[in-house]
Amino acid sequence: MKLVQPLCHQGTKPSPSLISRLLAKAAIASATFATAAMMTAAHAQTAGGTLYAIVQPEPPILVLGLNQQSPTQYVGSKIYEGLLTYSDKLEPKPGLAKSWDISADGLTYTFHLQTGVTWHDGKPFTADDVVFTADKFLRKVHPRVRPILDRYVASITALDAGTVQFKLKERFAPFIYLFGTDNILVVPKHIYDGTDFATNPANQHPIGTGPFMFKEWKRGSDIVLEKNPHYWKQGLPYLDRIVFHVIPDAASRSVAFEKGDVQVLRGGDIDNVDVARLKATAGVSNTTKGTEMYSTITSLVMNERKPPFDNAKVRQAVMYALNRKFIVDHIFFGIGKVATSPISSTTLFHEANLPVYNYDVKKARALIKESGVDVGKYPIRILSYPYGSAWDRLGEYTRQALTQLGFNVDIDATDAGGWAQRVGNFDFDLTFHFTDQFGDPAIGVSRLFLSSNIVKGSPFVNNEGYRNPEVDRLFTEASSAPTTEKRQELYSQVQKILVDDVANGFLFENQNVTLFKNNVHNLITTGVGTNSNFESVYLSK
Amino acid sequence: MKQLSLLISKLGKAVLVVFCVVLVNFFLIRLAPGDPAAIMAGEAGASDPNFVLQLRQQFGLDQPVGVQLMKYLNGILHFDWGYSYRMKVSVLDLILDRLPATLLLMVAAFIFSVVLGVFFGVLAAKARYTGRRTWMDSAIVSVCLLLYATPLFWLSLLSIIFFSVYLDWLPAFGMESVGAGLAGWARVRDIALHLVLPTVTLGAFYMAMYVRLTRASMLDVMGMDYVKTARAKGAGTAYIIRRHVLRNALLPIVTFSGLQLGQLAGGAVLTETVFGWPGIGRLMFDALMQRDYQLLLGVFLVTSTMVVIFNLLTDLTYRFIDPRVQHGS
Repeated sequence: MKLVQPLCHQGTKPSPSLISRLLAKAAIASATFATAAMMTAAHAQTAGGTLYAIVQPEPPILVLGLNQQSPTQYVGSKIYEGLLTYSDKLEPKPGLAKSWDISADGLTYTFHLQTGVTWHDGKPFTADDVVFTADKFLRKVHPRVRPILDRYVASITALDAGTVQFKLKERFAPFIYLFGTDNILVVPKHIYDGTDFATNPANQHPIGTGPFMFKEWKRGSDIVLEKNPHYWKQGLPYLDRIVFHVIPDAASRSVAFEKGDVQVLRGGDIDNVDVARLKATAGVSNTTKGTEMYSTITSLVMNERKPPFDNAKVRQAVMYALNRKFIVDHIFFGIGKVATSPISSTTLFHEANLPVYNYDVKKARALIKESGVDVGKYPIRILSYPYGSAWDRLGEYTRQALTQLGFNVDIDATDAGGWAQRVGNFDFDLTFHFTDQFGDPAIGVSRLFLSSNIVKGSPFVNNEGYRNPEVDRLFTEASSAPTTEKRQELYSQVQKILVDDVANGFLFENQNVTLFKNNVHNLITTGVGTNSNFESVYLSK
Repeated sequence: MKQLSLLISKLGKAVLVVFCVVLVNFFLIRLAPGDPAAIMAGEAGASDPNFVLQLRQQFGLDQPVGVQLMKYLNGILHFDWGYSYRMKVSVLDLILDRLPATLLLMVAAFIFSVVLGVFFGVLAAKARYTGRRTWMDSAIVSVCLLLYATPLFWLSLLSIIFFSVYLDWLPAFGMESVGAGLAGWARVRDIALHLVLPTVTLGAFYMAMYVRLTRASMLDVMGMDYVKTARAKGAGTAYIIRRHVLRNALLPIVTFSGLQLGQLAGGAVLTETVFGWPGIGRLMFDALMQRDYQLLLGVFLVTSTMVVIFNLLTDLTYRFIDPRVQHGS
């Protein structure tokens, strides 16, 4: 049905031959559905206009791969593309690859690339670019992709100009989730090959294949992207320009939105207290969708190498003593959802049937008694998480809750650099973090609990020092298990253990509220939300 | 000749001061926990210790501090201020890119505060001196007290809400309208409009200081015998104030303006943050948070040089206003 509509858009009645030709095409390209859906949307589109947004904090650089921070991702995802994109159900969708095959043994991934794609400088995009990027560029510069490539990928080859093949050493089920712009995006070989990637002058003028081209960056002020007139998807993008303002102060950012100077606010652009206020403003829409790929979870990290937190009963007591509903409702202004598991309910393999730690101080006290640990004897310090006042309040609340259990608690303030160093060096008793899951537990969750990931010097690994051979085995098996059912079974087991043990205190699932003016359409259409390429975003009058 | 050798000796001392500042900063910043590699790894959510190691090598952080210092000093002498690995741009380019915006803001705030401060100070002193319109004196002093006691960021936000959101007279952030494609006078006007709120918020505090200072020192001078003599000779109030009082009352104002120029760069961090002004104040703040050593040192070098130059200029201005001021040798 949907195939017919794009023709109506052109104002001609579709002739049968045209339909059958299109249908034939559809049979070949697995991209059809997405393209057709997009063109359906094209029906009511108005092309043109400038979208004003905020990028916060200012990214250090726009070349994805060289930097993977969220602001870089936000802007860079309009310029660069990956082989795939992902729906809000986390199904892979065509990107630079129009279709793909995975061999039955799960070891060979073959991607068939789109035709007629060019770089922003006019050079054609080919399979060589993909091979160069994955094999040389990302292996050198991408801290998350590189260990995965090194461990699992045996070879990356261009079968011809339009086909790329990844061969794996061993089965790695979530491999298909690595081809968005977060991970294996594609950079131009003709610009980077044979140069020092970090100091290449082209870094100041990023060149990708995406629907928007880099125009100008006035540091400290704004970044301007311009429509790519030669974009490989006919008729897209709709917008002429996207302007990202750099406004360092949160209160000023919400004023800019209220005043209409910017039309889009992402989660984190403004304080939660302002989100609640602006949501209720006339002419403003909001959504919490578009973060399925990340499904961030906030955890309480306890140093489990030494007393009192080396005792699982003590950790369970801490969980009972924290009123997580209160934390979500009053510290984070209702933006979030109490977590029940290390695997978020908005991602794959979440297990709903797990024991729940309801707020129960009596039970907490009983558990401490049962553990036999004199918790007052071990003074502990909460290392505050340096990402704004809500996190400071969380630290203070935790201190209060633990003091009631008889703990002897102090708070250490720190900044991002100090936090990373101390947590990396295991120099903490108790702290918090929020981590992204990147679509699959094997990418975003197991890193926090595998005993092989207890490495000094880097944050966001197994910093708490949790060791459990059974958990290691389950995670390892699950990442290479052949079927989804089998993987679900293994992940369900592992979630049960991690929750019982309180490997980390799973506090809440972060929600990101995207606020936008009512004249902005098609903003959130994928599982990566505002980190999608905005090709179909349009402004109504 | 004497003037010249004086200038040279002053310049020599200034260079020494800047060098010491660089040296102290170099060690101070390394006392803070965390380094650029740890932070970059943290930002990337990395779980790869080799990556951090590789970054450290890239930044030269794996070498002894002494070697790093020698390299840095050597670089400065050759006008190579290093490279911000975080932003992948040379430090000098980054600073030169952002310096004009800060200078513009500083100069505007400086002129605003001195001109209005001295003007209202004179007005207040005159009102009190002549005994007519003493209410004006009280009003000016009260407003100044208020400005003096109000936190800068609060004033900034309040002025944005009032002038920008409520009245919609002035832009709320940035240095110019993005993508408006303005040129020539239209662009100057655009920038001037953007400049108003940050200038007022950055300058208001100092303006209050100048008012108090001018008023006090004017009243002081007005009690002097030579002023009485001038009055006895029948000179008009306006003439006395211009010719005898203000000139003699200016010295403390010059002293203070030297100090103010030095402090403006610091105050600018806040103003630049609230108004999204693309200056070096914020560049410095970001560099500090990211432990971007080279960039931070570069900004320190520029700001300390600026302070030293302002002090030199203040010294010279003294001698110009009051030739009796001699070099204290």
